[in-house]
Amino acid sequence: MFELLGVPPQVLMGQLLIGLINGSFYAVLSLGLAVIFGLLNIINFAHGAQYMMGAFVAWMLLNYTGIGYWPALILAPIVVGAIGIALERTMISRLYKLDHLYGLLLTFGLALIIQGLFRNYYGVSGLPYAIPPALQGGQNLGFMFLPNYRGWVIVASVIVCFSTWFMIERTRLGAYLRAATENPELVGAFGINVPRMITLTYGFGVGLAAFAGVLAAPIYSVNPNMGADLIIVVFAVVVIGGMGSIMGAILTGFGLGVIEGLTRVFYPEGSAVVIFVIMAIVLMIKPEGLFGNNA
Amino acid sequence: MLRKFALSTVAASALLATPALATDITLGVLNDQSGVYADLSGKGSVIAAQMAVADFDAAGKGINVNIISADHQNKPDIASNIARQWYDQDGVDAILDVPTSSTALAVADVTAEFKKVFINSGAATSDLTRGNCQPTTIHWTYDTAALANGTGKAVTEAGGDTWFFLTADYAFGHALERDTKAVVEANGGQVLGAVAHPFPGTDFSSFLLQAQASGAKVIGLANAGADTVNSIKQAAEFGIVQAGQKLAGLLLFINNVHSLGTQTAQGLQMTTAFYWDMNDDTRAFSERFRAEAGAPPSMVQAGVYAGTLHYLKAVEAVGSDDAEAIVAKMKEMETDDPLFGKGYIRKDGRVIHDMYLMEVKTPDESENDWDLLKLVATIPGEEAFLPMEDGGCAFALAN
Repeated sequence: MFELLGVPPQVLMGQLLIGLINGSFYAVLSLGLAVIFGLLNIINFAHGAQYMMGAFVAWMLLNYTGIGYWPALILAPIVVGAIGIALERTMISRLYKLDHLYGLLLTFGLALIIQGLFRNYYGVSGLPYAIPPALQGGQNLGFMFLPNYRGWVIVASVIVCFSTWFMIERTRLGAYLRAATENPELVGAFGINVPRMITLTYGFGVGLAAFAGVLAAPIYSVNPNMGADLIIVVFAVVVIGGMGSIMGAILTGFGLGVIEGLTRVFYPEGSAVVIFVIMAIVLMIKPEGLFGNNA
Repeated sequence: MLRKFALSTVAASALLATPALATDITLGVLNDQSGVYADLSGKGSVIAAQMAVADFDAAGKGINVNIISADHQNKPDIASNIARQWYDQDGVDAILDVPTSSTALAVADVTAEFKKVFINSGAATSDLTRGNCQPTTIHWTYDTAALANGTGKAVTEAGGDTWFFLTADYAFGHALERDTKAVVEANGGQVLGAVAHPFPGTDFSSFLLQAQASGAKVIGLANAGADTVNSIKQAAEFGIVQAGQKLAGLLLFINNVHSLGTQTAQGLQMTTAFYWDMNDDTRAFSERFRAEAGAPPSMVQAGVYAGTLHYLKAVEAVGSDDAEAIVAKMKEMETDDPLFGKGYIRKDGRVIHDMYLMEVKTPDESENDWDLLKLVATIPGEEAFLPMEDGGCAFALAN
């Protein structure tokens, strides 16, 4: 049996798989950001807060109404998406004609307010959310013990990511959306309600964040800071993949999860910065990102 | 994002106090008010300090106490900037709490520079009274050496003689690993390895799998707060405990156990300086505290209360805000309060009181939300903390 730098292959396989699981969260979150940026040109800094809200709505559904994990997986994104739509209609839509920076500042401010409110009511210690009974336990893969729930996280993320990609890049609805981004007046002239489409797109992007939040609730601590810890990394993922590139966001999400996982084995102290080092290198060599278009 | 606001002013009535005796004292509660340690210190520590001032009846004794607070965001540079401004411009006489070891070490140095008083309750590193000791530092509640002598020793003696550490990669984690390693080895155990993880972290599964691969009998969690909660949750998820390894949470707070729930945390051992349900005094205090703060006090918040009380006693005895005289008085007087009982402060600033080895109750044993721990053993203060001779605090050993 070969060993790579003193790490036995079983351990390496386990770490690759764990990297893929973490990459799933990066992929779903950066996908939402890429959809919103690609189609609305808004840098949605509230994404982390919306991810956190997804987890909290799942917790609230369980504790206040008794609704369990599976319905929450659908309901929480709808609830948080609806809140996103309200924000878009009342505030964000006023900024489309202005520079990116204004959208960034507004959503960043919103994120701080939302996190502050949750912190005030629920504290920072975190709330418990159990793994659904159907996904408890795990499989012994020989090289590692894979909890069923983590396996489900990969499957769910891959399905959501690729259906989103398919919808935007391969369907008529997606074609309208992309056309509306290019030339809203012309598309509007064909009788398509462009503002409503944009609003729904924002709601959808936010819903993706909330979906990731529900996925995260049983395995990470449900607390108001959970999104703030993650959002910076996810932005780095989007920048590396290329702002606005749907497939770029998905592939870099999974890929960087794996790279980060491997860093945790070979140089654990560096695992917090490895993504940013990669970002710096990519920006130097290919400023538009790995999958970005030369705009 | 310095949020600083006067939270309470206990104004002495000019009618009652003799003007010549009035002493003005400003206390600064500097801690984490928004991050991972906000629940175990945060606003609760401010409430604890206010309760100490009220219970001492400072106003009635001619001491005007003003309490201010700020969020150090667990960052040493922010903490030392605030401390500097407080001492330099805002007339702060003593800084209280300061969790997160790296920030505590920074504030200890600034306090020594300005010759004020630093009563630390929140931070763990034993370096505050070892190599980095300062004549102006009082370390109240607990430290990494006491944690090692509690949980570390108990687990090793129970047969857990090979260890692997999951260590938070900053001053605290490394101090806790060092002190626990010393105790494990002194008790015939062996440390097989360690992995340093970023602070704060979210996903610990890679580190846990490395710990599993080491084959050690015990995985020592040299981290705190949400990091420990996530490590324990994820260890359960990856079947690490079922596969035969034992987890040792070296620093757990009551808030963490509450967050984990007895179902996940049952049977875990932890070392603490204070638990709300120990005797009538602690229960009475905790009930009053809970009415204001919403949760029973953590040991850190209890330490802020006791430290403030002892400080005010010294101020009363000295009759001025002369920091050097106050610290000398604090070290000279026996400590005695309803939460920690009787104890004393060593020359190096270490407060010596009993520590408790506790075990998390099972869901059946727990009668309510916060009924979480049962006592396993009381560790006498002299045994719990590192002897001063071994600590290497230069000024304390010199004379």
